[in-house]
Amino acid sequence: MTARRSDAAGPAHKAVETGVALLIAAFGIIVIIGSLKAGINWGAEGPRAGFFPFYIGVSIVAASAINLWSALRETDDRLFAEWGQLRQVMSVVVPTAIYVGSMPFVGLYVASIIFIGWFMRWLGGYRWLPTIAVALGMPIITYLVFERWFLVPLPKGPIEEWLGL
Amino acid sequence: MKHSILHVALVAVAALCASGTQTSAAWEPVRPVEFIVPAGTGGGADQMARTIQGIVTKHNLMKQPMVVINKAGGAGGEGFLDVKASSNNPHKIIITLSNLFTTPLATGIPFNWKDLTPVAMLALDEFVLWVNAEKPYNSVKDYVDAAKKAAPGTFKMGGTGSKQEDQIITVGIEKAVDTKFTYIPYKGGGEVAVQLVGNHIDSTVNNPIEAVAQWRGGKLRPLCVFDAQPMAYNEAIADGKSWHDIPTCKSQGLDMEYLMLRGIFMSPRATKDQVEYYVDLFTKVRATPEWQDFMKSGAFNTSFLTGADYTKWLETEQKRHEVLMKEAGFLSPGN
Amino acid sequence: MEELANLFHGFAVALQPYNMMLMVVGIMLGVIIGVLPGLGGANGVAILLPLTFSMPPTSAIIMLSCIYWGALFGGAITSILFNIPGEPWSVATTFDGYPMAQQGKPGEALTAAFTSSFVGALFAVAMITLVAPLVASFALRFGPAEKFAVYFLAFCSFVGLSKEPPFKTIAAMMIGFALAAVGLDSITGQLRLTFGITELLNGFDFLIAVIGLFGIGEILLTMEEGLSFRGGNAKINLRVVLQTWKELPSYWVTSLRSCLIGCWMGVTPAGATPASFMSYGIAKRLARNGKNFGKGEIEGVIAPETAAHAAGTSALLPMLSLGVPGSPTAAVLLGGLLIWGLQPGPMLFVEQKEFVWGLIASMYLGNLAGLLVVLTCVPIFAAILRVPFSIIAPLILVLCAIGAYSVHNSTFDVMLMLVFGVLGYLLKKCNYPLAPLVLAIVLGDKAEEAFRQSLLGSQGSLSVFFSNGLVSTIMVLGLVALFWSAIQEGYSRLRTAVA
Repeated sequence: MTARRSDAAGPAHKAVETGVALLIAAFGIIVIIGSLKAGINWGAEGPRAGFFPFYIGVSIVAASAINLWSALRETDDRLFAEWGQLRQVMSVVVPTAIYVGSMPFVGLYVASIIFIGWFMRWLGGYRWLPTIAVALGMPIITYLVFERWFLVPLPKGPIEEWLGL
Repeated sequence: MKHSILHVALVAVAALCASGTQTSAAWEPVRPVEFIVPAGTGGGADQMARTIQGIVTKHNLMKQPMVVINKAGGAGGEGFLDVKASSNNPHKIIITLSNLFTTPLATGIPFNWKDLTPVAMLALDEFVLWVNAEKPYNSVKDYVDAAKKAAPGTFKMGGTGSKQEDQIITVGIEKAVDTKFTYIPYKGGGEVAVQLVGNHIDSTVNNPIEAVAQWRGGKLRPLCVFDAQPMAYNEAIADGKSWHDIPTCKSQGLDMEYLMLRGIFMSPRATKDQVEYYVDLFTKVRATPEWQDFMKSGAFNTSFLTGADYTKWLETEQKRHEVLMKEAGFLSPGN
Repeated sequence: MEELANLFHGFAVALQPYNMMLMVVGIMLGVIIGVLPGLGGANGVAILLPLTFSMPPTSAIIMLSCIYWGALFGGAITSILFNIPGEPWSVATTFDGYPMAQQGKPGEALTAAFTSSFVGALFAVAMITLVAPLVASFALRFGPAEKFAVYFLAFCSFVGLSKEPPFKTIAAMMIGFALAAVGLDSITGQLRLTFGITELLNGFDFLIAVIGLFGIGEILLTMEEGLSFRGGNAKINLRVVLQTWKELPSYWVTSLRSCLIGCWMGVTPAGATPASFMSYGIAKRLARNGKNFGKGEIEGVIAPETAAHAAGTSALLPMLSLGVPGSPTAAVLLGGLLIWGLQPGPMLFVEQKEFVWGLIASMYLGNLAGLLVVLTCVPIFAAILRVPFSIIAPLILVLCAIGAYSVHNSTFDVMLMLVFGVLGYLLKKCNYPLAPLVLAIVLGDKAEEAFRQSLLGSQGSLSVFFSNGLVSTIMVLGLVALFWSAIQEGYSRLRTAVA
């Protein structure tokens, strides 16, 4: 799908495909375990809570087994993506994960300011002025629209608490 | 952290905000108050919460805005656990229905009403036994006879939710008249009423507000109310009959009483001042004409309890629900 | 002809300057609400409901229903521009709308979406005006079995379409069903698949999954190409509207079919989301260039948008005449009616003529006003694509986070969104179709609920799904849709055999 040049390095598509199939199968097994807890038989009032999820879980595992088998049989050695491409993807995933993970502690606004600022300054290479303008402007507009106008409270941290917002 | 002008400006703003609030001894909210609804948008509790929000805004009863938030997951468990986790946050109140008792018992989530601070009982919601107007049941007796005559499992009772108030009442009726219904749970009260109009079920125990439109349209017929005395509202609703004209179930030989709580709670560890503030607020809300209209339109029982009386009522109801749920076999395996 | 007189009276009510102003304000607010993911129509209307208490009921409902139209229009904007459906029913719009925008035709896609929305809504309002009582009695015939049949049909008409390997389609779909099952089982009132985790009590919300899988996943895919990527050279003048309009009449068959599907789904009430998927699926089967669906075919925008809007509008009919909401937003509006002291139900059309006809007139005018507002903004929306990716990407990510948070006010959902995003990236690169997954999350628990309600009523007998003419017809239609390609092949073989 992606890599066309043979000299580029990166994880093999086959390996990722195998991993995804295994991941889905694992999810299926979790579903089966959960369904067994809820009861999977056909009671007097029709199927019980776990009846459908159980067979759904079984189908997930079965379908993944077939997908796994066909992934392993695959002979073509194309790449999933080049390392460089993956690095670029990770350069978004990692900061987003930090952003999302820090939200319960520092609140949405502070996290957003840092996140937007980081993205524009280091990934986009913008000057400080436009970076700060957007990084501060967006949360302020958000605050006005959501909290003041629509009365939707968003997560806040110690700084907002201190400001009494 | 942030120096210079920005810092000074921020402090100034903060000071301004602080000076805006009154410095009287009693407590008052200083931030927007979150009003949690442990049920979905559009349901009975949600309607009541949004009515209150509207009244508070319109009559300017509170300096800070009131924000309604629905947390309906797990039959309201999500909302209860959220408030339980917000100790010492006086800016969070919750409106409850019977799921205050039923949800922890049926699902086994770690919650009990004692985890919260009771504020006030706003009203009690009535339950009425409804049948389709095309059916020949004109009294509770006709209805019970028909239910007993029907082949087992074919007489269908519709209701909102599973192992909640509607199904508890259904089990109560089954016990009282010694018969067996097939209970079919639906998502909302309005839907239940329409399923009854469409003859997909044989009877319901809808709240007045959920079925009144169909009654006035001549599609449904009320048989009795599950209360100790008839409802107080005398105004004619349909065919010259008023809510007051609906007999109590007990007087008709169906010995079951059930009322649903519409009450307010606060997060744990609230101070006396804070509780008093909200009691005062809801007393003001109850005095408005909008609230009285709302009570009339839903034929609510307008009992108002606070403090020790309220706690006592809650304790009695908790025990009663434990017994009812246990008898019906609705307790979660974990309990 | 009493209806017509009433309608004209209604127009007079709706055309009062105060009401006109509320209409425009409502549309604007609605578009904003529709664009912001997470802040859907239902939330938006619920949030603004208390503000309307001090207005006369007719004005209040006009404003609120205009917010509703606005949200319906607005949902399409982010779907087309960023592959992020602001509303559940705009998911199907992304399938062809987003590729069109990528090919530098965002203006065309937006115009087609807005115009089809308008057509769908107009058709539904005309239906409400002319045959309301008839339709209401039809809706009463839908019990649990009939509802299940409708979901079954919606599903069948959509699956079996994908080009992806069949077992990947099955895996994706089953993941959707499994996610839909998490939380409280509404039939037994029992928790399932929550493993004692409080955050899972509410199950997996469809919007979280969609924002992650589609929105975040797409940004990650784009990042592979690096930050140099910029949006296509979008034409940004109003001429594009007129050019697109010239094309649209040739798709009248699709439009009409989508209108009918939408109205039916809105009245039953199954809702706008199944309607949009069903309409897209059927259009893909029947259209001449159905093979190109998913690659930026304008018909693939027309079909779901028309149906979604027709369904969204006709969902108000069962609310008004029966008191049963056809959509979450209708449920909130219903609460509003009760608060203003109006009782929806059979008597509303008799007792509150001024209100009902004022509302219906406002549907005509509100939609027209909405169309004008959003069409004039097409160049502005399209121009958003010219903003460099390294500015727009963090803003989209922040908006997605806000959207995911405001669905249930939970930061857990925001983390979940990112997980779905990475998952969406992986699945898409491994050729798993995402649409069946999403459809299964939307319809999964509803279909299961209807199925089990039916079985409760029939004491476990499956014959309930073929117990009367209505339910049997829908089930058979579903089976035909499921095996459509096989039937088509058989038919062509038969023809060659005969010839």
